[in-house]
Amino acid sequence: MGTFAYGCYLGGNAKIGWARVVYIQWDEEDKRLPFLCQMGMGLPTLPAVVQAYRASHGRGPLWGCQFMAPPRPAPGARPAGNAEGAVANQPSLDDLHSRLGPYFELGTVFTMIAGLLNVLAIYDAWGGPVFTEPAPPKDAKDEDDQDLEAEAEQPATGS
Amino acid sequence: MEPLLAAALSINQLWYAVPLIVAVSLVYAATRHEEMGPILHHAVHIGVWIVGFMAVVFAILLAMWWWVSS
Repeated sequence: MGTFAYGCYLGGNAKIGWARVVYIQWDEEDKRLPFLCQMGMGLPTLPAVVQAYRASHGRGPLWGCQFMAPPRPAPGARPAGNAEGAVANQPSLDDLHSRLGPYFELGTVFTMIAGLLNVLAIYDAWGGPVFTEPAPPKDAKDEDDQDLEAEAEQPATGS
Repeated sequence: MEPLLAAALSINQLWYAVPLIVAVSLVYAATRHEEMGPILHHAVHIGVWIVGFMAVVFAILLAMWWWVSS
């Protein structure tokens, strides 16, 4: 959770909104594949789903804030639903990159890794720790090999 | 100065890898053990592996750059 929160902090600021690296968008110019990893966090990514749903139905961001809001699509791109008017006053993806610089990618990476680690934690909670079998002691292994060789050398008994 | 080495020495951005390495190491170790002691021991082991792997990749990229630029 800390990794996800830090990624949200890196991927935004007070002017353009926080957590701008966690959003849902699927158009010709921007297919936001990192969200497939980010959604492993579960409930913390729900605002992105809400914002994208509102945008696709022609409504502005929730409460006017830009938290996890999708960026304005590039000119010529055909966003889903009626999103074009809803996100007209949002910064574009180019604006986000220019304002955040390398922190956009850093925030994306942090939130993606957080989501994947959460999936690992869910599996650990469901199935418990994955214990690895220790290698057998060398002496016991040699004894087993000798037993197998002795059995192979014994003549086969016919009926 | 070699640009790749100069970029790699941009320590400010390289520090962002530290919390990622710590988080990944701890979570992965926690999926292998129950007790805190073995978890921390295994996490350190994995962290060293990750840093070593990053160093090897850096060395390979540096060698490739040197070979291409020569």
